[in-house]
Amino acid sequence: MRHIISILMENETGALSRVAGLFSARGYNIESLTVAPTEDPSLSRMTLVTRGTDEIIEQITKQLNKLIDVVKLMDMTEGPHIEREMMLVKVKAEGDGREELKRLSDIFRGRIIDVTDRTYTIELTGAGDKLDAFLLALDPVAIIEVVRSGVSGIARGERALRI
Amino acid sequence: MELTGAEIFVRSLQDEGVEYIFGYPGGAVLHIYDALHGQDKVKHILTRHEQGATHAADGYARSTGKPGVVIVTSGPGATNAITGIATAYMDSIPLVVFTGQVPTHLIGNDAFQEADNIGITRPCVKHNFLVQDVADLAETVKKAFYVATTGRPGPVVVDIPKDITAQKTEYRYPDKVSMRSYNPVHVGHAGQIKRAVRLLQSAKRPMIYTGGGVILGNASGPLTELASRLNYPVTNTLMGLGGFPATAPQFLGMLGMHGTYEANMAMHHCDVLFAVGARFDDRVTGNIEKFCPNAEIIHIDIDPSSISKNVKVDVPIVGCVGNVLQAMLRLLEKSSSAPDTAALDEWWQQIGEWRAMDCLKYDRDSELIKPQFVVESLYKVTGGDAFITSDVGQHQMWAAQYYKFDKPRRWINSGGLGTMGFGLPAAMGVQLGNPDNTVACITGEGSIQMCIQELSTCLQYKLPIKVVNLNNRYLGMVRQWQEFFYQGRYAMSYMESLPDFVKLAESYGHVGMLIDKPGDVEGALKEAMALKDRLVFMDFITDQSENVYPMIPAGGGQNEMILV
Repeated sequence: MRHIISILMENETGALSRVAGLFSARGYNIESLTVAPTEDPSLSRMTLVTRGTDEIIEQITKQLNKLIDVVKLMDMTEGPHIEREMMLVKVKAEGDGREELKRLSDIFRGRIIDVTDRTYTIELTGAGDKLDAFLLALDPVAIIEVVRSGVSGIARGERALRI
Repeated sequence: MELTGAEIFVRSLQDEGVEYIFGYPGGAVLHIYDALHGQDKVKHILTRHEQGATHAADGYARSTGKPGVVIVTSGPGATNAITGIATAYMDSIPLVVFTGQVPTHLIGNDAFQEADNIGITRPCVKHNFLVQDVADLAETVKKAFYVATTGRPGPVVVDIPKDITAQKTEYRYPDKVSMRSYNPVHVGHAGQIKRAVRLLQSAKRPMIYTGGGVILGNASGPLTELASRLNYPVTNTLMGLGGFPATAPQFLGMLGMHGTYEANMAMHHCDVLFAVGARFDDRVTGNIEKFCPNAEIIHIDIDPSSISKNVKVDVPIVGCVGNVLQAMLRLLEKSSSAPDTAALDEWWQQIGEWRAMDCLKYDRDSELIKPQFVVESLYKVTGGDAFITSDVGQHQMWAAQYYKFDKPRRWINSGGLGTMGFGLPAAMGVQLGNPDNTVACITGEGSIQMCIQELSTCLQYKLPIKVVNLNNRYLGMVRQWQEFFYQGRYAMSYMESLPDFVKLAESYGHVGMLIDKPGDVEGALKEAMALKDRLVFMDFITDQSENVYPMIPAGGGQNEMILV
């Protein structure tokens, strides 16, 4: 099953490579990984998407907790949560296609954030499958460039990952 | 008064109470060596290779329970130390390894003798630190010792750039440190402990299986008390030998691939398995599908990630094994429920039948020296009270099978990583930490040559180690597997062109002895032991065809042993 694991860790050089090293050394897969400092600059928050059986996910969370730089973690998928990913897509937009692309972007609640006479750059936010759906809706030939941020997530309600 | 980083480093070690530091100098650590030179509180032991330094510190740590301390220079100094660090990591041994680093402004510049020590050591340390400011140095040293010795112990590397050791700041060594991200658990969950006691008392065919955690956690006292009170059978892993007295009637010997028949059969047939500080390693479990098919399992471990990693357990308890066992003892004392004595009698009777197979028998009338006989004789001559280090291979298994360890920390071997070359340098650390005890290194002609240069260190520091070389002119364990599983095609397992070990020992200033008749074994050992202040290298020419039995072949269950 797919799991989103959020990790609060010391904002120190090398902390990211400890996590990445753990995953490669133990043969776990990483689907996506995002990391940035939090409002407390001594802490970074990492969001990691991985897949595995319950046993493997249990091992992953235990092994992550064992890393000295990891302060606290939460498996978002254990409870209700909100998942978001941001995507920037640069597409060819010429002639009749320009209007069609604008409509498509609106349907997906995307925003056109840069325009040239031959391209649009569209910003889109949502869960991963929504971004996938948008890409499928586009003419593959029209896609020039896709940038995805990787997943970040937060628990619903009062459940929170903080120290 | 302001001190240089090098002086702060040495003062920190002094304040930490470090007795010995094992190491090898080089460019990046010259300031530190200069600071070490002017004092004698921390004694520096100069090994002949950085691998030797890490193994020596490791042997010191295993035998004394105190952390082992190492210093090496940058680049090749650090890379040579890796094998020793990984060895300690696999066996959870507390080491603090200081590596020199090129000056801060040259890091990442492919400077002379530069290596990414933090990157290279990351997968084989509990944690590592790069010191980036001299003001952090003392606290980082304190943190390194704290992390290495608490929780599940392990090696910690501190990488110190050369310029840091020259910069100056005020010295203050913290009394203690705390880290918000590191809070090892000490006490087990009370409810789980209660469940465990209840399950243990209800057992009809109980089995206690204990590992290195009992040794590391200094828990052999409460373990022995608990096992004696219950009168349940006990087996130890390779790393756990000495955690329960081997001469006690309840002891079934080591378990696993080369464990005893009775220990493995009792594991297979037990209904309640009590695992204490052991990690269900593949050499222990054999085929995991066939492991303990009828048992409910209780598992105490300080490391949550060890629990249910390989084998799903029913009653997990995270905590220091010593604390948890004490808590269990208190509950047992108050408990009114009586054990099922009829079932237990039957169980012991069954175990007696397995024992009667005498799985460790060997040909005692052979005209060739049997390696098992050498170990048995060593046990006899040393009164079972020596510290025994070993290398890796057949001799290691024979040492584990035939030397009966009644006390913890007497059996020093590389169990997890299986590092050939460990035995001799480890023995140096053991001897330094235990100057009044007999220290013997059981080795083979393959392993001993991997760190033979340390014979020179032994002379310099007058370490009277007794080297027991079981010389069968083969990489014995490789040869055994080739005989069993590769139709006797002995690819590269014959050790040609061996040195004359007697002359080699003599050239290093030690005593060498060659023993090639069974009748001379005991006499030679006695003669060697009588040379109390000399290193004696005993080269025993043993039977080349001897194999380690019994054996669980790969893919086999614990009830599928090959006997002699």
